Amino acid sequence: MRFVHEGDPRYGEPELLKGNEAICEGAIWAGCRFFFGYPITPQNQIPEMMSRRMPEVGGTFLQGESELASISMVFGAAAAGARAMTSSSSPGISLMQEGISYLAGAELPCVVVNVQRGGPGLGNIAGAQSDYLQAVQSGHGDMRIPVYAPGSVQEMYDLMGEAFETADRARSPVIVLADAMLGQMAEPMQRRIDEPPPPPPKPWALTGARGRPRNLLTSLYTIPDDLEAHNREIDARYQALATEICRAAEYRTEDADVLLVAYGVASRMCQTACDLLRDRGYAAGLLRPITLRPFPAERVVQLAERARLVLAVEMSMGQLVQDVRLAVLGRCPVELLGRPGGNYSTAPDVVAQVIHLLGG
Amino acid sequence: MAESVKVAYAAPECMIDQTMHYCPGCTHGIAARLVAETIDELGIRDRAIGISPVGCSVYLYDYIDCDFAQAAHGRAPAVATGLSRALPDCVVFTYQGDGDLASIGTAEIVHAASRNERMTVVFINNAVFGMTQGQSAPTTLLGQRTSTSPRGRQAKGEGYPLRVSEMLATLEGPTYVARAALGAPKYVTQAKRFMRRAFEAQVIHGGFGMLELLSSCPTYWGMTPAEAMRWLEEGMMAYYPVGEFVDRRDRETSGSVREGGEGLRVSDR
Ligand code: SF4
Repeated sequence: MRFVHEGDPRYGEPELLKGNEAICEGAIWAGCRFFFGYPITPQNQIPEMMSRRMPEVGGTFLQGESELASISMVFGAAAAGARAMTSSSSPGISLMQEGISYLAGAELPCVVVNVQRGGPGLGNIAGAQSDYLQAVQSGHGDMRIPVYAPGSVQEMYDLMGEAFETADRARSPVIVLADAMLGQMAEPMQRRIDEPPPPPPKPWALTGARGRPRNLLTSLYTIPDDLEAHNREIDARYQALATEICRAAEYRTEDADVLLVAYGVASRMCQTACDLLRDRGYAAGLLRPITLRPFPAERVVQLAERARLVLAVEMSMGQLVQDVRLAVLGRCPVELLGRPGGNYSTAPDVVAQVIHLLGG
Repeated sequence: MAESVKVAYAAPECMIDQTMHYCPGCTHGIAARLVAETIDELGIRDRAIGISPVGCSVYLYDYIDCDFAQAAHGRAPAVATGLSRALPDCVVFTYQGDGDLASIGTAEIVHAASRNERMTVVFINNAVFGMTQGQSAPTTLLGQRTSTSPRGRQAKGEGYPLRVSEMLATLEGPTYVARAALGAPKYVTQAKRFMRRAFEAQVIHGGFGMLELLSSCPTYWGMTPAEAMRWLEEGMMAYYPVGEFVDRRDRETSGSVREGGEGLRVSDR
């Protein structure tokens, strides 16, 4: 077996970790020292592990009285200039929408991990991707929140560092959108043994107005012109980063005329499906967005240009497909293979759907 | 001549010289002044961090010259928790109205008090939602008319006014909980004394201190300022007695949250 980071001197020996544990270790490597959260399955390993690990690294773990409180505690630690995070799962993330919006409004960086489960309501605790649209439109108000979508345990680890860096640069909450399957599965991965880049200076942080004018972090702008300017400033910071942080991975796309688009754990089934389809003579390839915001629309377009079929495969009822269709804008047919409720399409399901759609 | 003039009364140093937005006869201004005086007296302006809530109280950040954050409705104690944990050397205080603290923020205030979280809470109780135009609050008195209790608050169906300080006094956690009234000067003097203790509960004893202040809202009580002052003492104080409900400033602070996280190193800031 080959490891993603094999031979890279920045990474240590391979070890077996669960996705939820990789989230914790990735955050700790990135310098996160404040964790606030509330229990909910299937992400409980994260607060449990953080309650042990944070004191070990001189950090703070606190179980909040609710998700509303937990994200507000993150607001407080972020306002102090610290790297802070929380994690939850779908119903809990619904409650955190309030805090995410206030963090965005006060231009505060933090990382929010959503280990998605089936919805709506209490739903179930199986892995799902039903919070895609909620994630990419997190919080009320007119702002874009960067969203990372890991596809493996290694990426659960790696993307935490990126998420914190992006959060600091964008001065915005960043969502890491995983799911129950990724959270629970154990895979070999390598952790970083080098030092993380230092966080940027945070002259806006609240540390006491000693030898400087006081700082004020607020999302309240009563005059429309002021609020418009504020919105535009937040957006400008996001847009300035968008091209740089936008990422996607590809599999066998060199000559593909059947393009599968899937993120997270659904992309793993699609990778196998590409191999199976190629065995049957179909030139299938996979585009896997790693950032959902910004969405890798340009790459989707390039690949769709020579495709006779684009198929979005998701563990939801047609959410990712909206972004794919928006990117392709009618250049070729974009179809959906989606299953909600904590169910997923297997590789043979994907194969059968492609053959069916191509009239085979 | 000029040399013989003595300043008997001046604005607190940390107060920003600016017209307040409060309505005539509103006692928010007195509360803001008491906070500012206490900050000056304790010499903590340059390590004080205020948390503004949602409601008429939010603009406190326009009047006191220290670092400020503005929290979501009711969540100020949670925001203060994050700040307090990250900045062990700073003094963190919230300033919340009764819509904010006693309605949507009940969970946050109860748990911050229960954890004896290192913070000071100034709680303005005027028995009504002010900024949103006078709706009923959990603290609205029985029979009191508001824009959402047009027949006067009824116990049946609308419940009884919430006595937050007494409720928090049932907890083992908090270091200091008191209620005072922004009424006649003698009450304001008492409020000042309690305010200092609510800050000292944090600054000296490393714990949670809260001062509830009975405050007027002539605008949404439908009264003149003079009538409102009378009602504050006759109506409000009759149901909400002033006094100190919890004073554990002598208690060992070993149960306080100071152990555990190290907070931010100075180099991280
Ligand atoms: S509405 Fe009431 S509480 Fe608000 S400023 Fe006016 S009098 Fe004061």
